[in-house]
Amino acid sequence: MPLTLTLREPPAVPLETEGLAPDRLASLRRSEIEALTVWHGNERAQLADFFAVSGDGDEELLVEGDVRRVKFLGAGMTTGRLTVARDAGMHTGADMRGGELVVEGDVGDFAGTGMRGGRLVVHGSAGHQLGGAHPGERAGMRGGEILVHGDVGDQVGAGLRRGLIAVAGRAGDGAGLRMLAGTIVALGRFGAAAGADMRRGTIVAMSDVTLLPTFTYACSYRPPFLSLYLRHLRALGLPLTDEQIEGRYARWAGDGLELRRGEILIYEGNE
Amino acid sequence: MRLSDTQVVDTFAEAFPMWGARIVITAQSPAWAHEAARSMTGFATSVIGCKCEAGIERELDPAETPDGRPGVSALLFASDREGVAKRLVERIGQTVLTCPTTACFNGLEAPETVNVGGQLRFFGDGYQASKVLDERRYWRVPVMEGEFLVEERFAVAEGVAGGNIIVLGRDVAGALRATEAAAAAMRSVRDVILPFPGGIARSGSKVGSRYSGLAASTNEALCPTLRAQVPHTDVPAEVGSVFEIVIDGLTFEAVRDAMARGLEAAAGAGASHVTAGNYGGNLGPHHIELRGLVPGLRDE
Repeated sequence: MPLTLTLREPPAVPLETEGLAPDRLASLRRSEIEALTVWHGNERAQLADFFAVSGDGDEELLVEGDVRRVKFLGAGMTTGRLTVARDAGMHTGADMRGGELVVEGDVGDFAGTGMRGGRLVVHGSAGHQLGGAHPGERAGMRGGEILVHGDVGDQVGAGLRRGLIAVAGRAGDGAGLRMLAGTIVALGRFGAAAGADMRRGTIVAMSDVTLLPTFTYACSYRPPFLSLYLRHLRALGLPLTDEQIEGRYARWAGDGLELRRGEILIYEGNE
Repeated sequence: MRLSDTQVVDTFAEAFPMWGARIVITAQSPAWAHEAARSMTGFATSVIGCKCEAGIERELDPAETPDGRPGVSALLFASDREGVAKRLVERIGQTVLTCPTTACFNGLEAPETVNVGGQLRFFGDGYQASKVLDERRYWRVPVMEGEFLVEERFAVAEGVAGGNIIVLGRDVAGALRATEAAAAAMRSVRDVILPFPGGIARSGSKVGSRYSGLAASTNEALCPTLRAQVPHTDVPAEVGSVFEIVIDGLTFEAVRDAMARGLEAAAGAGASHVTAGNYGGNLGPHHIELRGLVPGLRDE
């Protein structure tokens, strides 16, 4: 049985658990894990005040219970695997550098903020600012992969610098806002203002997108790199078809208010 | 020694370390992948005159390639890492980048890598863009056709070059038939290439020449037409033609395996003699003895 943290009951106010990651806990004894500091609102507390600790293991950590109000799960993790059995709270996987974090349910806002490596998989939906930037920082996610099997909120990949964000469902408004590079793929519809102020990078849309007038049509073609990406995502479980992988895409360059080095690729079919 | 009706000389092939890379070329169709691979591996028979040795390793099924398109894998060898890097940049830049619908990927897993796509990207004149997937960086170079995709770094590893067998026959037709059979059998081995045209060299060479400045010259001891003129000949009286197959590989085992399959096939196809080329054993660290290479080889 992997090392398991079971939340006894949902906290009255958000609980901050920065550093609750398999690599950090692997070197700690049970008593040391139970004594880890958590913040319950503005009050310092110990992990054992909220979680029951059971099992053991070096590489794997399981978090059970209703942790929707638990923040920063897996923040900064570098190796190993963290599974959240139900919904997870805000800032899940923030500043991740490696390993795999799997959320079986939904995840709150700011998940994967400042991420630099590893993989965050959300089987439900994600909130706003997925893979975004920390307040005051220009660049958001700088590496790694985020896969969401449901929908995502507004400003997914805001300030994205490097890495891949893939969404099986819909993306909210302002996807790729001010993005610097990297790739965002959504199989569902995008909301308004996708790619606003993007400098470089790629947004891939499998449905129609209402483009900003500052994007300019270039051509319709089969981007060679995209088949690598889409094959990779299908191997990770995203429901991509052969037609999408081998298909034609309209290339729109933008944002014209910035460098116009970014692109929105819109699936056109496989004729 | 004898293998069927073929006399096998009790000698060894002397092989040398060389650095190699595997290049995976994909394209819209197998024909275009082959076109690029043939062009990239052209004029790469001998490191002496071509600065590298290269050849097509095998055709790749779409399921085996990174982008799911038909592909061809090729191997390229040079004397050192830097040589491999230079030749890859030159050759991929001139023959794969220019070829319709192709993309080019590293096909070797090894700790050492050289920068290839990171040099070729400059063809994009500032419009190039990179993508990083699974910790591998790819360059998208805009071209008139659309986009050329090339991986930034190619792995290089120390391999073995100069494995060989020499096939002798009563006339050109018979010797060539046996050598073709040997080459065909060798092509079934992974991790090796046969860098000469069709895998076969008719002009095996010796080191040096009576003319200063020539690094290699004809191997007169194996030239049937010179049998009556040279102080020493290795051509038996009944032999009228001789061919050589040179094998470069990523591992010693692969080169040895290719030699074994070639020897067996040449004997099966009627070679009168099979021998191997060496320099007395003093130059190359890899010695591949013909004795013991295949079962069924017996002393006379």
